[in-house]
Amino acid sequence: MALLEIENLSVSFQTSGGMFRAVHDISLTCDQGEILSIVGESGSGKSVAMLALMGLLPWTASVEAKRLAFQGNDLRAMGPRARRKVIGREMAMIFQEPMSSLNPCFTVGFQLGESLRKHLGLGRKERREKAIELLKQVGIPAPEKRLNVFPHQLSGGMSQRVMIAMALACDPKLLIADEPTTALDVTIQAQILELLVDLQKKKDMALILITHDMGVVAETAERVQVQYAGEKVEEQHVKDLFADPHHPYTAALLAALPERATDKRLPAIPGVVPGQYDRPEGCLFSPRCRYADDLCRRSVKRQGPEFGGALCNYPLVNGRPTGKEEANAMDDVTS
Amino acid sequence: MLQFILRRIAVLVPTFIGVSLIAFSFIRLLPGDPVILMAGEHGMTPAQHAAAMHALGLDKSLPLQYLDYLGGVLTGDFGSSVVTKRPVIDEFFSRFPATLELSICAMILAVGIGIPAGMLAAIKRGSVLEQGIMGTALIGYSMPIFWWGPLLIILFSGILGWTPVSGRISLMYYFPTPTGFMLIDSLLSGQEGAFTSALSHLVLPAIVLATIPLAVIARQTRSAMLEVLGEDYVRTARAKGMPPRRVVGIHALRNAMIPVVTTIGLQVGVLMAGAILTETIFSWPGIGKWMVDSVFRRDYPVIQGGLLIIAIIIMLVNLAVDVLYGFINPRIRHT
Repeated sequence: MALLEIENLSVSFQTSGGMFRAVHDISLTCDQGEILSIVGESGSGKSVAMLALMGLLPWTASVEAKRLAFQGNDLRAMGPRARRKVIGREMAMIFQEPMSSLNPCFTVGFQLGESLRKHLGLGRKERREKAIELLKQVGIPAPEKRLNVFPHQLSGGMSQRVMIAMALACDPKLLIADEPTTALDVTIQAQILELLVDLQKKKDMALILITHDMGVVAETAERVQVQYAGEKVEEQHVKDLFADPHHPYTAALLAALPERATDKRLPAIPGVVPGQYDRPEGCLFSPRCRYADDLCRRSVKRQGPEFGGALCNYPLVNGRPTGKEEANAMDDVTS
Repeated sequence: MLQFILRRIAVLVPTFIGVSLIAFSFIRLLPGDPVILMAGEHGMTPAQHAAAMHALGLDKSLPLQYLDYLGGVLTGDFGSSVVTKRPVIDEFFSRFPATLELSICAMILAVGIGIPAGMLAAIKRGSVLEQGIMGTALIGYSMPIFWWGPLLIILFSGILGWTPVSGRISLMYYFPTPTGFMLIDSLLSGQEGAFTSALSHLVLPAIVLATIPLAVIARQTRSAMLEVLGEDYVRTARAKGMPPRRVVGIHALRNAMIPVVTTIGLQVGVLMAGAILTETIFSWPGIGKWMVDSVFRRDYPVIQGGLLIIAIIIMLVNLAVDVLYGFINPRIRHT
């Protein structure tokens, strides 16, 4: 049994223009001690899916799933009180903007101590000791002094370290990191990633890393799930994904990496992720896909595990679409 | 923090000079001659008139009169009433407790109802409850005191007969007033029914005076709360598994209070202005009624002295609010 099992998760938002489906039939599993990375452009529903799991979406969102289980217990069957015992304790999350994710009105010590009191019931003195230990763990110098400091007195990197310390306060089994390095500058990004991976190994916890940075994926993840416009388009082991991406979107993302570019001009994916009003029929990626044909604009089918479960009619193998000739031949026969 | 307070006090000096200048000149712009008014129907010879003008210092040039006045104020001498011949400062402080008692009760009502109502409206966003609260607040805000007061008197005193029409306490009771607060003194007197009588006299004027500040505070709390509830740190608090009570009541409220406290400070000025009307309507023997009576009597020293003391009180309250603001908002304290 996997630590986390999500099956056919869909999230819709009520908007003035009707329901908008931000996440559509996403399934994923994550085992203890594993690093799973979810990649995709902005608007591909990566964060929304994880926020739904944490129960942090606003009330305008409606969440549906066939299964949403953590340690074998279905989260949807739990009452809010029982669910709050899991959230923040067994399952923790850190966010993109560390500076605004800490409450400006309370000291670091207060914000750290809060979880320790709620979930572990520690007394004042124990909380202080544990908080110092946590800050030390995330590499904050002079932790005793930092306890009485307010968030505005910390740098972005320091704030993210405090966020990590807070998330780890109750030794969670699963840590979700939602683009934890996006708001930080490059040298700090590497430090924070290293810290996350290091802590993940030490504590043998599961880490779900949401990112749009393929470089981050290559450095840290073991398994990668690619999302596009709220749908899962491919899932592979990180080495295989970089060697042989099956979905044209993944291939295009990888081709856009500056390290891989051979031309003078950096390759880019034309167009943008479809929004609420311009969702195409069939394959959502078809308007931007160089291999798409009429079939793709009508319908799309999910491939088996041999193609990383790619949501594509003509999954790529070694950069070439497969099955296209047969389909065309079929078309010739019928016409 | 000390430096912060000192800097705030330094700002008060030019404000004080400005206010004293305005108080001094406004009253001299009013038509009417105080000496002629003092003489009443007996009339006076030009020689007597000149002597009286000289005795009151009114024959000097305006700048000289102002300097005389300012010098007196700085040594605690606000002049004497031309009608009662008693020092302005004594007259003021003999009436001030009545106004203070009324204002404090009004403020307790405004804050005690306004903040919870605003919070409720923010939490129940988009509901009938929210619209009800905000609609009522708008009506309250638009209600002129001179109309709202008599309306309540007609209903509660006239038709229902629940409350007395005017004054601070029934004439049946007589007891020493060491604190000047009728509610406290009536309790101290030990006379049966005295407290109830004082309270029933206070209720209507307190409601009338509280209405506008209450509406302003409720609206400000709602908008501040709505803004804060969408902040990242509120999501962080929820991600830690904190119950909604704590998320709203501690994490969000503390931040939402920053603009609300400023608003409350500003409402003290509104309260003083409202007291003038409210006290006149309910014959409440406080400084508002005293000021109005003095205007009709052309009692220059009382009007300008009263104006200045009220202004000083408002300035001090705002100083207190600034200091309080520093306590609530750590970002101010540390800059």
